[in-house]
Amino acid sequence: MIKKDITIVNELGIHARPAGMIANTSSRFSCDIKLVKDGMEVNAKSIMGIMTLAAGRGTIIEITARGKDEAEAVEAIVDLFARKFDED
Amino acid sequence: MLIKKGVPASLGIAIGKAHIVKEENILIEQKEIPPEKIKAEVKRFKDALEKTKLDLDAIRSKILTVLGKNHAKLIDAHHLILQDPMITKDVPKLIVARGMNAEFALSEILDKAEEQFEKIDDEFFHERKHDVFDVGKKIISNLVNSEKVSLKDLKEPVIIVAHNLYPSDTLHIRESNKVLGFCMDLGSKSSHTAIFAQSMGIPAVVGLSDISRQIQSGDTLVVDGEQGMVIISPSPEIIEKYKARKEELQKQEHFFHRLKGLPATTRDGHKIHLMCNLDSAEDAPELTAVKTEGVGLYRTEFLYMNRAAVPTEEEQLKAYASVVKAAPGIPLTIRTADIGGDRATELGIKGLKDERNPFMGFRGIRLFIKYPELLKTQLRAIYKANTEGNIKIMIPMLSSLDELLTVKKIAADVKTELSEEGFPVKSHPEFGVMVEIPAAAIILDSLLPEIDFVSIGTNDLVQYTLAVDRINQYVSELYEPFHPAVLRLINLVVQTAHKKGKPVSVCGEMASDPYAIPLLVGLGVDILSVPAKMYLRSKHSVRSMNFEKFSGLAQRALSLPTSDEIRRLIEEEVK
Repeated sequence: MIKKDITIVNELGIHARPAGMIANTSSRFSCDIKLVKDGMEVNAKSIMGIMTLAAGRGTIIEITARGKDEAEAVEAIVDLFARKFDED
Repeated sequence: MLIKKGVPASLGIAIGKAHIVKEENILIEQKEIPPEKIKAEVKRFKDALEKTKLDLDAIRSKILTVLGKNHAKLIDAHHLILQDPMITKDVPKLIVARGMNAEFALSEILDKAEEQFEKIDDEFFHERKHDVFDVGKKIISNLVNSEKVSLKDLKEPVIIVAHNLYPSDTLHIRESNKVLGFCMDLGSKSSHTAIFAQSMGIPAVVGLSDISRQIQSGDTLVVDGEQGMVIISPSPEIIEKYKARKEELQKQEHFFHRLKGLPATTRDGHKIHLMCNLDSAEDAPELTAVKTEGVGLYRTEFLYMNRAAVPTEEEQLKAYASVVKAAPGIPLTIRTADIGGDRATELGIKGLKDERNPFMGFRGIRLFIKYPELLKTQLRAIYKANTEGNIKIMIPMLSSLDELLTVKKIAADVKTELSEEGFPVKSHPEFGVMVEIPAAAIILDSLLPEIDFVSIGTNDLVQYTLAVDRINQYVSELYEPFHPAVLRLINLVVQTAHKKGKPVSVCGEMASDPYAIPLLVGLGVDILSVPAKMYLRSKHSVRSMNFEKFSGLAQRALSLPTSDEIRRLIEEEVK
């Protein structure tokens, strides 16, 4: 299992489109991926779940992945955050 | 047991289980799905998802061209919501685990998601829930629609209960052949569904205001199309009583069958021409089954329904020719299609969508004059089908001489065109107009030199004379065929036409009403055109009356100031 904390840096936080990108990216991997914020855990493949995290700018999110391709999955998601979801 | 009173729309008694036809935005009910149907229910849900996906694709490409790429990305988010495991996995799980119908399972999941969204303080994130519910609504609407379509696949005989039914629904019902009766929240005696029920011989009660919300699919109902009542969960005694009445009605029906082939002549020897209304070429066998003298009204608009393009000349010719073949030799009055602006839009013709007042709007001959190609196509098919020379052409929704002359000019052009193509038009079909708009009744003397016959469409004539939208439940009580103004207009039409020796027919709901028949015949109407299912019953009414007596009564009725007095006068004499 891999765990990684990440801080949200894009302006609007994880609204519908970033949530969609995360769900879309996560769905490409077979491993289980969870996002946790303040003790609330959601499935990273569920856009609805991610949106209900209501993760605004500056929030810290914990990504956990468990499964064969966990390393690649976490890397891909972290990359999305780093690219600020291509918003700028 | 609960009794609901509505408007009797089609004769007969039906006893059976209710089947609710849902509309969008209606309350979602929980239904139990039996184990053997769970698989089918999951498939129904998956099909709705697939359909929603296609809907989203269509919306996306529209947005892409109109608003650009950034806005189209929002739809991408909708696509992802559609693929969300909460929807694709959790909903089917719930259907299987709890034996729940798909709509209800989906709404449970959406409710759960909504709860999560409600907990969010941040307004921006809170508002994202609309994206979710937008998608949810689309799926549900597709689920409900798929249920509607499945009306044609009804497995067991049921009584259809609906808020309102659309012409497309009634077509599905016609195909299914499993409908025992109808109950509807909306509607009046002359609304589309009522006419349809009569032509199918299905008992119907309409104008029940809220029955579709009061009962559930599977409830036992008695539909009393004579008294205009629906009895919900009737007691065994009531069921027995209605079974007996139903049998009695069937005996009556049996008696009417002996009138087959006998002339529609009053007791004192006055001959009426009794004809049938026809909705579709497929119903043509009914014409010979009742041995009708002719078709007084062939409503061709059904040819234009449930399809994406207007019917071609060949398709129309095939339909008309099949009627000519099925009922050879008898007069066949074809009314050019009375379609409204909304239908035109669906058929790919640029029309007016969502007219504020469609009954006063773009329909009938108004639409065909604006799009003369449509009229030409229909006229060409009619001329070609007229091999036996017994077809008559009738124009709906006419309000001026100008319109009539325009149509006749187009008809003359079509005739020339056909002869030039080497298709000689042997005889010119008789031309007639529908009197539905009071204006046509009032200026009939100016129209008569251009026409061979007149047909009164009482459903619309009543609606337009009294300014009562016939499907508006709030004013449906004002809809009164026995209104003195209606009677006087009918009298005016008969008197004016007879002065020039031209026949008058009545083809609306009144023509088969046992109380209106003696009154119409008494006023001098020459032809009555009725649904095939009402044909022999109507013949019985004609054969039971005395013409001389009702001529006198009709004159008295014309001097009465209220519809109540007119009804009383007639009802006392008709037993």
